[in-house]
Amino acid sequence: MTEKILLAHGSGGSLSHDIVNEGILSLLGNPILNKLDDSAVFDVKGKVAFTTDSHVVQPIFFPGGDIGRLSVCGTVNDLSVMGATPLYLSLALIIEEGLPKEDLKKVISSIKEAAEEAGVRIVTGDTKVVNRGNVDKLFINTAGIGIIADGVDISGHNARPGNRVILSGTIGDHGIAVLSKREGIGFETKLESDIAPLNIMTAEMMQASAKINCMRDPTRGGLSSTLNEIAEQSGVSIRIDEEKIPVRREVAAACEMLGLDPLYIANEGKLVAVVEAEDADKILAQMKKNKYGQNAAIIGEVTEKHAAKVTLKTALGTSRIVDMLVGEPLPRIC
Amino acid sequence: MCVAVPSLITALDGLDAIVDVGGVTRKANVMLTPDAKIGDYVLIHAGYAISIVDREEAEATLALFKELAENIEPEELNP
Amino acid sequence: MSQQNYFGQSDMAKGLVESIKRHAVKEARYMEFCGSHTVAIMKNGLRQLLPHNLTLTSGPGCPVCVTDNSELDKAIALAKIPDVIVASFGDMVRVPGSHSNLQEAKAGGSDIRIVYSPLDALQIARTNPDKALIFIAVGFETTAPTVAASVMQAKQEGLRNYYILSLHKVCPPVIKALLDSGEVNLQGLICPGHVSAVIGAKAWDFIAKDYGIPCVVAGFEALDILQCIDMLAQQTAKGEASVEIAYKRSVTHDGNITAQRILEHVFEPCNASWRGMGEVPGSGLKLRAEFAAYDAEKNFEFDPGPTKAQKGCICGEVLRGVKIPPECKLFRKVCTPKNPIGPCMVSSEGSCAAYYHYGEVND
Ligand code: SF4
Repeated sequence: MTEKILLAHGSGGSLSHDIVNEGILSLLGNPILNKLDDSAVFDVKGKVAFTTDSHVVQPIFFPGGDIGRLSVCGTVNDLSVMGATPLYLSLALIIEEGLPKEDLKKVISSIKEAAEEAGVRIVTGDTKVVNRGNVDKLFINTAGIGIIADGVDISGHNARPGNRVILSGTIGDHGIAVLSKREGIGFETKLESDIAPLNIMTAEMMQASAKINCMRDPTRGGLSSTLNEIAEQSGVSIRIDEEKIPVRREVAAACEMLGLDPLYIANEGKLVAVVEAEDADKILAQMKKNKYGQNAAIIGEVTEKHAAKVTLKTALGTSRIVDMLVGEPLPRIC
Repeated sequence: MCVAVPSLITALDGLDAIVDVGGVTRKANVMLTPDAKIGDYVLIHAGYAISIVDREEAEATLALFKELAENIEPEELNP
Repeated sequence: MSQQNYFGQSDMAKGLVESIKRHAVKEARYMEFCGSHTVAIMKNGLRQLLPHNLTLTSGPGCPVCVTDNSELDKAIALAKIPDVIVASFGDMVRVPGSHSNLQEAKAGGSDIRIVYSPLDALQIARTNPDKALIFIAVGFETTAPTVAASVMQAKQEGLRNYYILSLHKVCPPVIKALLDSGEVNLQGLICPGHVSAVIGAKAWDFIAKDYGIPCVVAGFEALDILQCIDMLAQQTAKGEASVEIAYKRSVTHDGNITAQRILEHVFEPCNASWRGMGEVPGSGLKLRAEFAAYDAEKNFEFDPGPTKAQKGCICGEVLRGVKIPPECKLFRKVCTPKNPIGPCMVSSEGSCAAYYHYGEVND
């Protein structure tokens, strides 16, 4: 029989000590974490970016990744798109009683891998085990801090008319890869989630040019929601070109099949950058050199504010509004 | 009203078919299209094939569209 | 995203538009019956390409939208019965009934599963033999044969915990009712492609013959729809009215005979309530007596409570093609996809949602 996590594991007694020691510290240990004090203590200099995100995904293992990699990349990317260099993460696990220990170990291993790839350390954490049914297998919260170099001001408020909009690659890969494994929807594809830490690429972009005004990662709600948010925050409109937006064949096919629109599907390893026009090509060229930016493209530009925040030029040359996502995208039949 | 996408039948076992749309494969049932064979394109709706796509007609339509496109003045193309 | 379009080249669209402009010599109003056509027209901004003397009006062809409050109330009441699992297509779960919707019922503890196919519903029934699985069967003639097939499959397997709530509707009677009402003045009908794949283009003969209205069956790519409009414009110009197919790769005159037989084997026509149109004779489908064992309405006791209509919502008029969504006072102001008042705003196929999401831009 496979060994399972029991409720007693989270009670703070010796059993919970076991998971922390065997399961977590052995893999994620570093001098700050190993102290196991009530808080992590470290020095930072400069402007600090601080963010938190809770990760719930069903199923917890999906093509191209798992909830562990997701929890690291999500937070690393939230820091990176602010122009910060991510340094330290916290890690809080809420585990459903009965989760196989093997599964937890796999998740922790991918946390380790992703953290190493991004060059960040897990410095504090918490583990709770709850009754069966109170969470779905495993929820993870991570918070992270990074430092922002002097003079860097990247924010959703900074998009200006004339700026170019760059997308770092194909959209919808993550959402469709996860959806393919959901009960009742079942389809097969070789598609994998795009889940990736983007901090190396953002650092390279900032080195190539100081004229990046705004970056954001189009996670839940997809590209459309991200563009709408930027337009709203900056008080501008954005016009994108349907034919310029890279979409994988499988994503397009699955979307067509399920009545979904790739513009609304989640990504976990993509970013949108709004940059000054004169440096757009330079930044694009730099992004294409990074493995997570190979398919990057300039997809549109920022305009003066109109009634419609985001508009799209269709392949036929007509225009339409691109709206925010409302609710969960549900496969439709009709 | 009714999402139905042309899909290629790649395997068939009784009523159970495997169909492919642009690299995405899934199961489909061919109870409503008993004549469907491997290599046919079918329209899939709610997990069932509801119609077999007529390839000759598809090509004829495409040819018609192309002809119309060829008839327009070159300067009207590609703004 | 050009891959998404089967043909999708803008040059071919231009060719078709030029042809439409040559043929559209008379003022005309065409109705696209089907919600998927409404979405494709809005999403591709097709109205921007048409000459000014052609108007497109949306019709009642969204099976989710035309599902009446009273019918949704039944589904919600069934979901509240202990040991019942309700399976539904995704777009149904957010549609408001008189008092709540299936999503709220789910949050309140009902077991509601979203499925893509009746086959998935059958599978849930098989794996949960101690529960009753009720499939909320909505849809037109495209969907009804798939549900009929699932009922036959259940019977053959001896599966005794599979039930359906048949809210199916059929198209020709409602188009007839719409035309008989005299509320809309149409010069042509863009006929639903996938309904026609099943029932055949012949189903529309009566519209051309008895009402003198040109009918063209269309597919769902932008180019299919443009071709259909071109063919309608040619008929209008010549003063003819006949049934043609602009979607010959998938639709024939006679349709899918096997699917029609299976549908008729399991279902028989009945009267049905359409949102905004009331009861339309012969426009619904109910299980035949020999399949009564699979009929949720006949096998469960439930009380859907009194029916209440949404105040201020003009979905009915929108569905009948009498008004367009921006003419509704609530549109965008009170009624949004986040806070939908009527079903036309909920279903991604609904006219109000299509206008909200894809509203065209003139700058
Ligand atoms: S906008 Fe809302 S309230 Fe108005 S008709 Fe449409 S669904 Fe009904």
